[in-house]
Amino acid sequence: MNTQVRDHYLAEFARVADRLPGHGVPWFRRAREVALERFAEAGFPTIRDEDWKYTSVAALEKRPFRMALPGEARPDSAAVKSLALGGGYLMVFVNGHHVPELSRLEGLPKGVTVASLAESLEHQPTLLQAALAGEVAQSGFAHLNTAFAADGAFVHVGRNVMVGAPIEFLFLSTGADVVSHLRNVVWAEEGAEVTVIEHYAGLQDASCLTNAVTQIFTDPNSSVEHYKFQHEAPRSFHVGGIHAQQKRDSRLASHSISLGAALARHDIGTRFDAEGCDATLNGLYLVGGRQHVDHHTRVDHAKPHGTSREFYRGVLDGSARGVFNGRVIVHQDAQHTDAQQVNNNLLLSREAEVDTKPQLEIYADDVKCAHGATVGQLDEDQIFYLRSRGIDAGAARSLLTFAFANDIINRIRVAPLRARLQGLMLARLPQADVVRELV
Amino acid sequence: MLDIRNLQANVDGKAILKGINLKVKPGEVHAIMGPNGSGKSTLAHVLAGREHYEVTGGEVSYEGRNLLEMAPEERAREGVFLAFQYPVEIPGVNNVYLLKAALNAVRKHKGLEEVDAMEFLSLVKEKMKLVQIGEEFLYRSVNEGFSGGEKKRNEVLQMAVLEPRLAILDETDSGLDIDALKIVSHGVNSLRSPERAIIMVTHYQRLLNYIVPDYVHVLANGRIVKSGGRELAQELESKGYGWIDKEPGMGAEAAR
Repeated sequence: MNTQVRDHYLAEFARVADRLPGHGVPWFRRAREVALERFAEAGFPTIRDEDWKYTSVAALEKRPFRMALPGEARPDSAAVKSLALGGGYLMVFVNGHHVPELSRLEGLPKGVTVASLAESLEHQPTLLQAALAGEVAQSGFAHLNTAFAADGAFVHVGRNVMVGAPIEFLFLSTGADVVSHLRNVVWAEEGAEVTVIEHYAGLQDASCLTNAVTQIFTDPNSSVEHYKFQHEAPRSFHVGGIHAQQKRDSRLASHSISLGAALARHDIGTRFDAEGCDATLNGLYLVGGRQHVDHHTRVDHAKPHGTSREFYRGVLDGSARGVFNGRVIVHQDAQHTDAQQVNNNLLLSREAEVDTKPQLEIYADDVKCAHGATVGQLDEDQIFYLRSRGIDAGAARSLLTFAFANDIINRIRVAPLRARLQGLMLARLPQADVVRELV
Repeated sequence: MLDIRNLQANVDGKAILKGINLKVKPGEVHAIMGPNGSGKSTLAHVLAGREHYEVTGGEVSYEGRNLLEMAPEERAREGVFLAFQYPVEIPGVNNVYLLKAALNAVRKHKGLEEVDAMEFLSLVKEKMKLVQIGEEFLYRSVNEGFSGGEKKRNEVLQMAVLEPRLAILDETDSGLDIDALKIVSHGVNSLRSPERAIIMVTHYQRLLNYIVPDYVHVLANGRIVKSGGRELAQELESKGYGWIDKEPGMGAEAAR
């Protein structure tokens, strides 16, 4: 990293440090300082890093991103209402800061805390210490996030509490070169169940940067269903990490839907720290134009009797570029692991490109593992079959594209999200009326 | 109804059809038989409009129109139906919705009103009896996970609902056990009518015991080398295809 970039971030830290939440919490202040040092040493990743080989963030490095002040931008409630998925609890953030008056958290069951990170650091910092005191990931973006995190969401679900409706976090961005460093923590105690949606959208088409880190902790026999729905503005950048740690017999379902932003990078990982864990990682990326989307997933089977299922699909049009790197690591202790991973890609144009790399590393001997990846075009036999039944060629293409993506959409258990996605897909496809009748 | 004159076609640059001549009138059932690789399936697909097959010469007129100029979907709407030898699986596309869309495409083309869901369902249920298909097939993805016999019955169900003017059955008997063959044949027979023509492409005479054709044509090396009544099929059954090339005037193409 050149010194100019480093100096920009050091100066920015000096400018905002005492306004950042948790400034009065010694362990967190220390964690921020350590993270800043690490960032100053490591800088932004480059394409020389194996994990960033296909995704260059050189364009981000050059931009003088600045953090917005709380209350600097105010969306009207109508805009929020039209964007929110609804059907559950809602917390709205604008440019990285919680906006309580647009949020809707009434009626949460007893034993559930849903609050902003800033609030939580003020009132109950010890609940967050395990999550925030250490290093979350070894990446320049994660270090920056810890150093600068201005806000985010904290969900804590007490023992055996089930939260019936999904909790939606709507993260809105607006304004050129504004960066939102968001830090979210989801913690389900023993036997608890909760569904969380991180929903990222732009209020205007500007070169915003979202740098989000989410930590998920599933205590024994708990269940967390996590959705990340990214459809930020075309000129924006999105970098996000989701890092889960699972305890005995806990279940995690992660769904990553990535449609927006000029460049989007998602690191999604879970670690089975005890026996009998179950993880499902689903993902769908739909990109066109000159968009770039990168998913790096990682499942660490560290203990026996774990099950993981991973289904990722991508549809790429224009000269879009996709990257999928799925690591499944079965550690020596993790006997009787059952792991499956599939990544399928559909290229709709000659210029679209995808690099897919399923990576299975097995160090145990009694396991059942499978993985596969495909990259292909629409099937001419299927198109001809549909045409021979009187369906237009264009409609047949739309239909097959929709059906391909819908396989992942149908795995989503939050009905309003499913409907929103299907609507967004149909809006992009020619002759959508025919498609609507056929699925 | 259908007039094929000197039809020639290539697949992957190789000449497969080398001058087919065939006239089909409404109400007639024609069987096209021939050894493997003779061009039977190519003929069926060329008539349905498969783009992969390149027509290099000849003409096909259907109801007085140039069939070869029509897109596959237009042919379907004009009443041409191809029952596939290998019906294609289409995951995520509902079987019964496709059938409804196909029917409405034909009706719209004819200037008729589209059928509503209720009318359609009662029509389909009526036709399902014909091919003894259970209702569960309707709500599955098109052909996905269907057995060979189920796929063929689904093709005949589509044909029964769409009521084509010209039905082309491509090896509809292949892969069927005797019970399934009887069911499929019964379905096809009940669709015989004075307004409808049927072309059956088959390797075996077996199917013709159940669907009795008016005419039998033998296709060899891209040409129709012999035509006759149903007795020709029996002759083929007893003698095999080997004798065709040896008859004077018939093996000329092969010897060239």
